[in-house]
Amino acid sequence: MSTFTAVENVSRRDVLKLFGAVGGGLALGASGLTWSPMALAQDKEARLNLFIAIGEDNKVYLTCHRSEMGQGIRTGILQVLAEELEADWDKIVPIQGLADKRYASQNTDGSRSIRENYDRMRQMGAMARTMLEQAAAARWKVPVSEVHTAAHKVLHAKSGRSASFGELALAASEQPVPALESLKLKDVKDFKQIGASRQIVDMDAMLTGSAIYGYDIKLDGMLYASIMRPPVLGSDVASVDDTAARKVAGVVDVYRLPTPKGPPAFNQLGGVAVIATNTWSALEGRKALKVEWTTSPNSQHDSSLYLKELVERVQQSGKVVRQVGNELKNWPEADTLKAVYTVPYLIHSPMEPPVATAYVTAKGCEIWASTQTPQSTQQNVAAALGIEEDAVKVNVTLLGGGFGRKSKPDFSVEASLLSKQFKRPIKVSWSREDEIQNGYYHAISAQSYQALFDANNKPTALLARTGFPSISSTFAEGVEYPSGGELDLGFVDVPFALPHLRYEVVKAQAHSRIGWMRSVCNIQHGFSVGSFVDEMAHRAQVSCPDMWRSLLGDARRETFSDQQFKYGNYGEDLNRHPVDVSRYFGVIDAVEKAQAKAPKAGKNQGWGFAVHRSFVSYVAVAILVEVSEDKQVTVLKAIAAIDAGTVVNPDRVKSQTEGAIIFGLSLAMMGEITYKEGKVQQSNFHDYPLLRLPQTPDMEIIIIASDAPPAGVGEPGVPPVAPSLTNAIFAATGVRIRDLPVSKQLRI
Amino acid sequence: MAEVLSTKAVTKEANTAASSQTLTINGKSFTLDADPKMPILWALRDILGLTGTKYGCGAGLCGACTVHLDGQPVRACLTSLGQAQGKRLTTIEGLDNQKLKNAWVEHNVPQCGYCQAGQLMSAAALVAQHPKPSEEQINTAMSGNLCRCGTYPRIKAALQNYAKQEG
Repeated sequence: MSTFTAVENVSRRDVLKLFGAVGGGLALGASGLTWSPMALAQDKEARLNLFIAIGEDNKVYLTCHRSEMGQGIRTGILQVLAEELEADWDKIVPIQGLADKRYASQNTDGSRSIRENYDRMRQMGAMARTMLEQAAAARWKVPVSEVHTAAHKVLHAKSGRSASFGELALAASEQPVPALESLKLKDVKDFKQIGASRQIVDMDAMLTGSAIYGYDIKLDGMLYASIMRPPVLGSDVASVDDTAARKVAGVVDVYRLPTPKGPPAFNQLGGVAVIATNTWSALEGRKALKVEWTTSPNSQHDSSLYLKELVERVQQSGKVVRQVGNELKNWPEADTLKAVYTVPYLIHSPMEPPVATAYVTAKGCEIWASTQTPQSTQQNVAAALGIEEDAVKVNVTLLGGGFGRKSKPDFSVEASLLSKQFKRPIKVSWSREDEIQNGYYHAISAQSYQALFDANNKPTALLARTGFPSISSTFAEGVEYPSGGELDLGFVDVPFALPHLRYEVVKAQAHSRIGWMRSVCNIQHGFSVGSFVDEMAHRAQVSCPDMWRSLLGDARRETFSDQQFKYGNYGEDLNRHPVDVSRYFGVIDAVEKAQAKAPKAGKNQGWGFAVHRSFVSYVAVAILVEVSEDKQVTVLKAIAAIDAGTVVNPDRVKSQTEGAIIFGLSLAMMGEITYKEGKVQQSNFHDYPLLRLPQTPDMEIIIIASDAPPAGVGEPGVPPVAPSLTNAIFAATGVRIRDLPVSKQLRI
Repeated sequence: MAEVLSTKAVTKEANTAASSQTLTINGKSFTLDADPKMPILWALRDILGLTGTKYGCGAGLCGACTVHLDGQPVRACLTSLGQAQGKRLTTIEGLDNQKLKNAWVEHNVPQCGYCQAGQLMSAAALVAQHPKPSEEQINTAMSGNLCRCGTYPRIKAALQNYAKQEG
C-alpha cells in the first residue's frame, strides 16, 4: 500500500463510513466563486454544512480549510466551530479541506485565518446546532424553542428527553438550512472553547513520526525529481551534458523543463530535472549534471552595490505618498536628527523545503503539496497543463513551516509538468540549497528618517523615505516603485501625531523574485521606525516608550480620513479595526510594567524597546542584551505584549509570539542573503544561519485581554523584535546598529 | 524474522549499484537492495517508508534527521547504509521514551512539528546519558537541532521539567 493511500481522502473515507452512503456530501463540484452556505443545501446525509459532518458514532467531523504550518489553525478553527455547535472536544475529528472555491479564500497567509473566519465559523457551528435542534423538536413533536443543546446532546427540559448528536445527525441533515440572520450566537460569557488553551490536534502524530508532510508523500509507481534551476533570474539553459548524470544509479531520465515566459509570478523557473527512483539518486544525478546558462539582464546584480545605491536614493527626494501639514525645507542642521537604515535580502527557510507531488492522468491532475494556497495551486497547475481548474484536485498535507514561501505554488507547477511528461506520479523535493538559492526573497531595502526638533527639544516634523524592489515586480514587467499596499505595511500607517509628516518612496528595480515573508515589509519598516524613535528618545533624553507615547499623541482611533491617503488596513474595515492609539498604549504599558519587575540592566547590559502595529494587532517588545568587551552579543530576556483582540487558543497565541521573537532575532542577528553576478551566495545553514536553542533568551509573553474582533497573530510579533534588539545593543554599548544583520558588526 | 524489501521493482528500469544491506531498525531486521553509499535518511524514507525521520539540510547542519545508531544520536543524512550495517538503528517510530513525549505534550511543544522527531531523538539521547540534564547539558545536546518555528523555549522547559521529575 502506498503511503498516500493511508492519508488520501481522509475526509471522504471518514464521512463515507458514517453511513456507507456517498450522497452529495463530498462530490465537491465548485458551485460559485463566493462562499455561500446555501450552496450546501444539496448535500445529503449527515453533512450539515461545508465544515461540519456528524457520524452515527457521535463523532463530529470538522473541516479546517486553511493550511496547518505551525500556527495551530487546525486546532483554532475547530475550537470556533465546536463552540457554537456545543460539541464535546474529545469527540472531534479534524478533516483537512481540499482546494474548493466554496470555502472562499484558503490562502493561509496574511495572519488572517482567524480574523477572516471567526464570524463565519461561529455561524457554521450555530447553523449545525440549529439543524440538530430542529431535528430533535420534529422527532419529539415539540416547539424548537423548547429544546436546547449542551454537551453534544439536544435536550428537551420539560419532558427530560435527550438525543445525542449521532442519533440526530441524519435527520438534522435533512432540515432546512437556517438563514444566517436567524442564527443565535452564544454569549461570550458562555464560551468553553474560544479562549481555552487547547492541545494541538496533531500532537500525537507529530511525536510518533506518523504526521504526513508534503515531503512524506509516496504513491505507487512514483518517481522522484531534483531540479537544477537557473542560478540567475531570467537566465536559461544554454547547454546540458547529462552523460554522467544518466550513469548514476537510480537515475531514470533527465528532462529539460520549458523556458518560462514573462514575469516570474508563480511559474516554474525552467532548468533541468533529474528523475530517479529515490530522492538520493535524483540528488546525486543532479550533482553530475553539467549545465551552462545564458546571461540575463540580472547577471550583473551585486547586492552590496545595489544597497549603496538605495542608501543614496533615500537621501534624495522621492515620490510623496502621504503628507500631513506642510513640506518643510531647509531643516537647520542643529535641530535635525537623521539616520539611514538597511535590511538585506532574506529567505524563509521553513524546515521543510518546498515539495509537491503530482499525478497527471487523462482525467486530470491530483496534487499533494505542502501548500499555504491550495486554490492558487489549482489555478496555476490548471493553467500550466492547459486543463480546467475543476480537473485539478489539491490535497493539502501538513506543512513543515511556511512563512510565506509556500503560498507561492511554483513547486506544484513543476511537479505537474514533470508528471505530464513521464505519465507517472512525480515528487519534486526542493533541497535546502534550492530553497535558499531559488526562492522568493524578502526585498533588500533602505529607509531614511529625519526629525525636526523645536527649542524645547520636542519633535515637530518627520520625513521618511523608503526604497526596495517591489513584490509587484514578480507579477508585472517594468515595476519601479514599491506598491501602495507595501507602504501600508508599517511605513505610512504609523499614527504619529506630529504637525508635519511627509512620506516618500524612491525607485528600486528588482533583480530577483521578490516575495512576501512573515510580516513582509513590516520587517524593514518596523526596524527603521523602531530604531529612529529610539534615536529620537536618546536625543530628547526621554525613555523610548515615553517618546512613543508623545509621538502617538492622544488615545484616538485614527482613520486617516482627512489626509487624502487611502489606507489598506490589511483588508479590514477601519471602523471594525481602526488604528487605535489606546491599544498601542496598552501594549507599551504592559511591557513597561513587566520590565519593571525584570532584572535591571547590569554591566555591559542594556534594555531595548519597540512597538509596532501590523495585521491589525499591536505588539510591544522589550529585550535585554549583554555585549561583552570582545563584542559578543547575548540576548538574555525578551518580554512581549500582544493585543490581537479576541483570542481563540491563548497557548497558540503565546507560541506564535515566542516563535515570532525567534524569527525576528534570527533575521536581526544573522539573516542575510547576498548576490554576486546575479547569483545568491548562500547555500545552506552554515552560511544562512538561524537562531539555535542556546542563543534563545528567556521569554515572557503577555496577551492583552480584549473583546475586540480577532486580529492577526502569526506575523505581528516579528516587526518589533529587530529594533528592540538593536536599541538594547545601543543601550548596552552606545553602538547604534543601523544596518542588519548585527553579525556584520558584532559577534553573535 | 527478517523483512525483505526490494527496490528492484523500481530500480530495474534504472542503472543499479545495489547490493544487499541488512539493518536492524527499531528492533526489527531488514534486508534491502540498495547502494551502500546511500544515506540511511533516504533508505528509511523512500524505501522503507519510515518517513518520521525528516530531511532539512542534507549536510548535518539542522538535526531534523537525527536517529540513534547503537544508542548514539547521528545524522541520518550523513550516515550511509554501509556504516549502519549490523548496528542497531532507532528512529522516531521506535522511540519508546513515553515520559519524554509526555513532557513535550505538557508543554505543547510542537508548532509545525517537522523538526520535532529530530528534537526528540536528540533529547532522548541526552536524557539516556544524563537523566537530570543541567541547562548547559541541554544547550549543548540540543544546539544541533534547528527549529524555524521557534519552539526552543518549550523544548528547554520540557527537558527541565523532565529533569525535575527524575527527582
